[in-house]
Order: sequence, then C-alpha cells, then structure tokens
Amino acid sequence: MSTTDPTKRELRFEPAQEVDVSDYQFGFRDEEDYFFKSEKGLTEEVVRRISEMKDEPEWMLDFRLKALEYFNRRPMPDWGADLSGIDFDDIYYYIRPSEQQGKTWDDIPAYIKETFDKLGIPEAEKKYLAGVGAQYESEVVYHSLREDLEEMGVVFLDMDSGLREYPELVKQYFGTIIPANDNKFAALNSAVWSGGSFVYIPEGVRVDVPLQAYFRINAENMGQFERTLIICEPGSYVHYVEGCTAPIYDTNSLHSAVVEIVVKDDARCRYTTIQNWSQNVYNLVTKRAAAYRNATMEWVDGNLGSKVTMKYPAVMLMEPGARGEVLSVAFAKDGMHQDAGSKMTHVAPNTSSQIISKSISKGLGRSSYRGLVKINKGAKGSRSNVVCDALLIDEESRTDTYPYMEIEEDDVSIGHEATVSKVADEQLFYLQSRGISEEEAMSMIVNGFIEPITKELPLEYAVELNRLIQLEMEGSVG
Amino acid sequence: MSKEPLLIIEDLHAGIEGQEILKGVNLTVNRGEIHAMMGPNGSGKSTLAYVVAGHPNYEVHAGRVTYKGENVLELGPDERAQLGLFLAFQYPTAIPGVTMANFLRVAANSVRQARSEAGQDVEVFTPREFRRTLRERMAQLNIDESIATRYLNDGFSGGEKKRAEILQMAMIEPEMCIMDETDSGLDIDALRTVSDGVNKLFTEQMGMLLITHYQRMLNYISPTFVHVMMDGRIVRSGGPEVAAELEEKGYDWLKDQVTAGAA
Repeated sequence: MSTTDPTKRELRFEPAQEVDVSDYQFGFRDEEDYFFKSEKGLTEEVVRRISEMKDEPEWMLDFRLKALEYFNRRPMPDWGADLSGIDFDDIYYYIRPSEQQGKTWDDIPAYIKETFDKLGIPEAEKKYLAGVGAQYESEVVYHSLREDLEEMGVVFLDMDSGLREYPELVKQYFGTIIPANDNKFAALNSAVWSGGSFVYIPEGVRVDVPLQAYFRINAENMGQFERTLIICEPGSYVHYVEGCTAPIYDTNSLHSAVVEIVVKDDARCRYTTIQNWSQNVYNLVTKRAAAYRNATMEWVDGNLGSKVTMKYPAVMLMEPGARGEVLSVAFAKDGMHQDAGSKMTHVAPNTSSQIISKSISKGLGRSSYRGLVKINKGAKGSRSNVVCDALLIDEESRTDTYPYMEIEEDDVSIGHEATVSKVADEQLFYLQSRGISEEEAMSMIVNGFIEPITKELPLEYAVELNRLIQLEMEGSVG
Repeated sequence: MSKEPLLIIEDLHAGIEGQEILKGVNLTVNRGEIHAMMGPNGSGKSTLAYVVAGHPNYEVHAGRVTYKGENVLELGPDERAQLGLFLAFQYPTAIPGVTMANFLRVAANSVRQARSEAGQDVEVFTPREFRRTLRERMAQLNIDESIATRYLNDGFSGGEKKRAEILQMAMIEPEMCIMDETDSGLDIDALRTVSDGVNKLFTEQMGMLLITHYQRMLNYISPTFVHVMMDGRIVRSGGPEVAAELEEKGYDWLKDQVTAGAA
C-alpha cells in the first residue's frame, strides 16, 4: 500500500441527497484533514502498517496477523441480521486524524474539538465525569482523568497508550475473554483494532462518577475498530459509559468493537452504552465480561441508531456468587434492524443472571431479541431470569424473539417471560384528552415503556435517552 | 344575569363501526349548571361522552357540538382539552412507567400553555409551583401523596382510579367536565370522597355533565337538571325530581311510556 501523501486523497464531499437527515441531529460532518488515511480494503500490509505506525511489540503484530487469518477463514454469519450490504473491500480500516493525542481540548485540531463541542462532551466532562476519552476515526484524540483518581492508581488511557505503558497487564488479559477467533467480527477487530479504552481500577477503589468514552466516525466508508479492556481488581467499582455517533452518508460504514472486562472478587462494573450511530453504520460488536467470586457485571445497552446492530453483551459467571445483569433497550425505525440481546454463561454454582430487554419498533423497523442462557453441568443453585418486552408503534413494525436456553444442570431456577404490545389507541386518547398532543403522548408511552431501564441510568443519561426517544418519535404520527 | 351557554349539542347523530348509537341528541349546558344524564346500559350515554371528548374511533354522522362558541367536532381531543373540556373516564387507562406527577405536570402545562397563547392570564407551572399546587390539591381532595410517584393508573384499585381522575380535574382546571359513570365500582366511602371532591372543585364558572346509571351519586351531588337517555335520544328532562321518580319506578316504566308515546 502507499505510504506517500497520506492525507488528502479521494475526498468527496457531495451531500448525500438520498438520505433524509432531518431527524438525526448528529449527522453533520467535518472536512477531512488527516495525518494518515489508509487505502481502502483489508490486506496483510494494512495490518502490518497499523502495527508499525503504533510501534507495537512483536506479540501484538503476531496476534493481529493470526486474527486476520481467522477473519479470512470464517464465513459471514448468516443466522442473524442481513449483512449483505457490507463490502469489506470498500472500507478504510485505519485513519489517524492527527499526529498526537491531546491532553487538553486546545491541543487537538480545532475542527475536531468543534465536533466534540457540538456533541457536548467537554461540557459533560466539567459537570459530571471523572474522565473522558474521545475517539475520532481510528484514534483517541483526547484523554483525561481526574487527578485524585490518578493518584489512587486508577488508569484510564486509550488502548494504544495502555499497551505502551502497561505492556505486562495488557499482555496478561488482552484477547483472553474474547479470543481472536471468537467470531468473524471479533477476528476483524483483533486484526485491525485501534483506539478504545484501557481501564484499570486498583483493589478497593470505587470510582464514584462515570468514566466516559465517546466514539465518533467522520469519514465516509469508515471502519472503526476500537478495543477496550477493563480490569476491576477485588472490591473495586467503576461505571464506564460510551456514546457513539456518525455523519449520514449513503454508503455504509462499519463499527466493530471488542470489549473485554475482568471483574474480580467482590468488584462491580457497570458498562453503559448509548449508541446512536447514523443509519448507514453496521454496528457489529462483541462484548464480554468474566465475573469472579461475588462479583457483579452490569451491561446497560441502549441501541438507538445504526443500520444493523448485532450485539449480545455477555457475562461468564466464573465463580460462586457472581452476578451478571443486562438491561437492554433497542429502538428500530424505518430501515433499521436491531438484533440485540445477551449471553449469560453460568460456569460456577450459585451464580445468578438477569436479562431485561425492551425493544421498540417503529414504521418498518425491526427489532429482535436474541439471548442465550447457558448453565453448565455442576453450576448448581444458579438462577436466571429473562424478561423481554417488545412495543410496536405501527401496524407494519416487526419484532422477533429468539430466547435460547442450554441448561445442563437440574438444580437451578430459570424464569422467562416475553410480551409484545402495541401502543393502544386507548392510551393515546386518554393522554390526548388531557391536552397532550398525540406526538408527545406517543413519546410519553414509549419513555414509560423503557422506564425500568432509564431509572437505572445516571440522571444526565436518562434525560438524554428520553430526549433522543422524543426526537425519534417526532413526526411519527399524523 | 342571563345564563352563558358553555356546551351546546344540537341534533347529534354519531356511532361506531357504522352503527348509529346517538340518534339526535340536543343538550345545552350553561355555566354554573350540573346536568345529570341517566339511562339504562347501552342507551348511548358513554358514546355521548366519547364523541364530545373526541375519541377517534367514533364517527359523527350529523349535528353540531359547540363549546364556548367553537365547533369542537373539527378539533382533536388534545385541542378540546386545551379549550377546557375534560372527560373523567369510566375506565381510566394505565400508562406504565409514567408517574402520576410527571403526567400531571405535562398535562396541566399543555393546557396552561394553550390558554396563555390564547391570551388568558395563565402561565405554565414552574416546577416549584407545580409541586406546591399538586400537594395542595391532594390535601384538599384527601388523596394520599404517594399517588404522585406511582405509575399512572397502573395497578390502581377502582377507587384509586376514580380519585386520580378527580385529581387530574383539579390540576388541569377545566371549565366543562363530563363525568362518565364516575360512581361505578365505588363502595360508599369512595363514592363519598369522590363526590366531595367534585363538589369542592365545582364553581359557578363551570359546567358539568354527570353520566350515571344509578341515582345514588345524586345523593351527594345535586344536579340542576336531570335527563334520561334511551336508545340514543334524550327522552325526558327535568329537575332533580326526575331522578327520584326513576329511582322509585325504574327504567322499564319510562321505557313503556316512551314506547307508548311513540306509538
């Protein structure tokens, strides 16, 4: 591949006219002015070049190359959403927007700062966050952590810096929770990963306010492959939040992240995602945690955007007393397929899991719940409860439920309930008869439906989620 | 002082799914008046309530409904409510996940916003004013404060639902109230609380249409006029004595009379 002028090549800025941008408020885009942009397509050269530019240790390059083999060997998954729109040859696998990462917002290129300003990140950082990582294309362009947390030994870095500064820790855990060969997209991520977060919470340290990572795709035909590793030492606590947006193009982009989390004895980790990708993004993400003795792992997963999402945050319950929870909200509107759910594996006895999934389908949108509860032989006394509720806004909206159970042990307690409901005319009329407009009544009903999940979010995120739902519902009736 | 008409219903024909239920209803409610609408099950009382409130499933075939001089049949249910119409439901609908307080704030402010835009001397509640007013109204109506944090009608008992309807009426401050079988499913204590609430809230500026199958609610709320509806028409109108007469003789007696009169 070419290593000459990396920046201004193949730049196209025609407005994407076929796409209606009116109801997606994050669809703006920046002019590209990049330090490095790879050629389209995935080759061994691209992988070697990424590793070289990052000056990685040999083992990581080997890991990447091996993963590339796995990726090439594995067929496209055909059991879920329609992925036929992905053209692996038509994607940029690596874009470095600027030469260096910023420690302050003034260090980063002005146009990128402006983007994050529009997204409200610096403001949120001042108000209620303990640390912020902001990724733009392939690289984390800004990173910060509250000083007192740094002094307590908390590490919150982008993954590349994590690898440089904590090579032993990273080597010990990287790719152990999600092996490179786990699935086609985990393999892809393992081959070309860049950015993401490395988080280390020392024993007994409780991080009282959330750490947030923000992921922004800007270029057309972009592939973003961030990689996150979170290690919670015994008795620690952290709440990690991520948000994602992108401009609207009439060609497809791909976001394929891998998130690995280790939650040791008595520790608790909560990982919250508010994903609001534009409607040309394939969002195919692998997220998995291992929870040890009396540890708790909670995934709060909000999927509001993307063209196709396939995401099933998983917890492996490794030792007695471990608990896994997933609270999942999916909103599918015209042209979207949200295929979301969870995977809980009870390895040890007396472990417990809970999955609460709420999906909303509007117009021609389709949402699917896909979940697996697996209880291994010997995991006696384990408990699992699955609740999935679907709400249909329109006659033509669609929802499906695929609840899988693999129970190899008798002495267990399993609960499962599923409901499908339609927004009732009677509910709308009742609210309208109190002076509330039909549109507002509709978003009230939808927000009420997901309330069991929003009430678990920090106030700022709950408000944001409700606001996003309200925006999505605008113009939905008439 | 001459009476000011609030709601005028003229020759109203309406129904649902092609079936005509109201077959020419005429009724005028002036400010300061309470009209009781009695009648056997299936006579069209609740249909009248729904049609006036603007339920989308009902079709109006002919006639007019004028509220404060405006033809409301062309307005959506939300716009009618914003003009001051209120329907207390016979079967209030549950909205899970939406707290009573949140709902009341949005509802009251939607109506207040519309009034303010129409030039009335009303402003939307600030959060503080809203909380204060809500607390006052709950105290006034003997409603437990815990209702504010519960989800709207979700898991409410029959009595709680009806009380919640009265609380909504108190917060939204309508001028024309239609109470659809508010007494149904209430034990005697709940009936008394709900009736007390209605009496406390009613003013000379308001009008009320009290739809009921039984006479018993009229022991607590004194109507100015009593009407009897049968087969989609008002067949008798008069003072409170009509209710007493019905209580004594039953609907069958009146039905016979109507049939005889028609023959």
